[in-house]
Amino acid sequence: MSEDIQAGLAEILEEVAGVAPADATPEKSFTEDLDVDSLSMVEIATAVEDKFGVAIPDDELGNIKTVGDAMSYIQKNQG
Amino acid sequence: MSTSDRDVVVTGLGATTPLGGDVASTWDALLAGRSGVSRITDEWVREFPAQLVARLAADPAEQIDRVRARRLDRSQQVAVIAAEEAWAESGAGDAGYDSERIAVVFGTGIGGALTLLGQDDILEAKGPKRVSPFTIPMLMPNGPAAAVGLAVGARGGVHAPVSACASGAEAIRWGLDLLRFDRADVVLVGGAEACVHPLPMAGFAAMRAMSTRNDEPERASRPFDKGRDGFVLGEGAAALVLERAGSARARGVHVHARLAGAGATADGYDLVAPHPEGEGAARAIGAALRDAGLSPADIGHVNAHATSTPVGDTAEAGAIHSAVGEHALVSATKSQTGHLLGAAGALESVFTILALRDQVVPATANLDDPDDDAAVQALDIVRHEPRKATFTAAVNDSFGFGGHNLALVFTTA
Repeated sequence: MSEDIQAGLAEILEEVAGVAPADATPEKSFTEDLDVDSLSMVEIATAVEDKFGVAIPDDELGNIKTVGDAMSYIQKNQG
Repeated sequence: MSTSDRDVVVTGLGATTPLGGDVASTWDALLAGRSGVSRITDEWVREFPAQLVARLAADPAEQIDRVRARRLDRSQQVAVIAAEEAWAESGAGDAGYDSERIAVVFGTGIGGALTLLGQDDILEAKGPKRVSPFTIPMLMPNGPAAAVGLAVGARGGVHAPVSACASGAEAIRWGLDLLRFDRADVVLVGGAEACVHPLPMAGFAAMRAMSTRNDEPERASRPFDKGRDGFVLGEGAAALVLERAGSARARGVHVHARLAGAGATADGYDLVAPHPEGEGAARAIGAALRDAGLSPADIGHVNAHATSTPVGDTAEAGAIHSAVGEHALVSATKSQTGHLLGAAGALESVFTILALRDQVVPATANLDDPDDDAAVQALDIVRHEPRKATFTAAVNDSFGFGGHNLALVFTTA
């Protein structure tokens, strides 16, 4: 389950920000390690909603700092 | 001609156009007489009166990194491609220039129209939450300038003149001024346009400005010819690196030409129609000559704006005739490239510089039967084949809806 989510996120990160799939590991910070800027985070949130059916409200998006944070949010809110 | 240290010279050229993905392939194709015009085959064009377009010869997606490209409107992509070619050729990036003394001036006529219209489709179909967070930076008319500025690390100022089809030429004039006022040590200037989309096509067609010679794409753009019936929309970008002759000499870089002078005027006549005798255009050419300290007799070649519209070409012929005279060899290169709108002035400046370098004047394609207009008849418009010539100074003029007139004078260095 969490592997599927990690793989799905890695696909999104590669498409939106050119992050190599091998680099999309749970401990990585989006801004500091993966060079993902705030506008790209908005795109990632939209892509997450498309792929996983999980909407991330703006106030939650600010709390998602790492790939692992995004994985737990998706896992917790997936219906 | 001899240059003083404070003269402004051109040390780099870049372009991506309907004739080629860089300067060399574009120039070769121009001299070989090739056309960049084709007929659109997409379904949407069926009801359109004007179905012709001059598409880029090289897909920007193949010249630019994918992730970078998806954040740039097509007009920004072509700007960056042309600018990086010019910048690399000049070697200015490795010349030790302080980034606070590097400036960019890049114009566009329409801006990020493809993004604006594409995101509007998404808004209509899927709602506001699906609109891209990159919509605004991709559609803003300063977007090409900003993208170029980032690409070369320019921190001395990034400017975006907007004067319709004169924007590219206006950018070059601003660059000249920045160097003359000592506001920068090197300026990357140019123009970009990429707006091949049903809406601009319908808008220009509604003005009756576009050629409807749909069955003969390569013969449709025919400046100064009796049978001309409008322009062909083109896409692309061109860029030049400007710096002072003294710094170019000090770092031993090759100098293509000197940007000797510029002139800008407004018609004050009509929002769209040019002054019928080209009064404002002639004043712009006269101002550029005075700025360059040259007389009309010094000018050996004019790269005309000549878009192939019935009214514009004769007005311009009148302007060239009154401001330069009958001796200069005239070329209308839009006959092969189509009309690149905000990039036109920059691309045609590149052509003007290469004509000076190679001492060859490009031909005006499709000029089979010159207009009966007295000025068209009197001018020496090169047609059928490029012509070898000996000359040291040339003019490129550009005009834009809104009554903007620009003229630039280039000389051998």
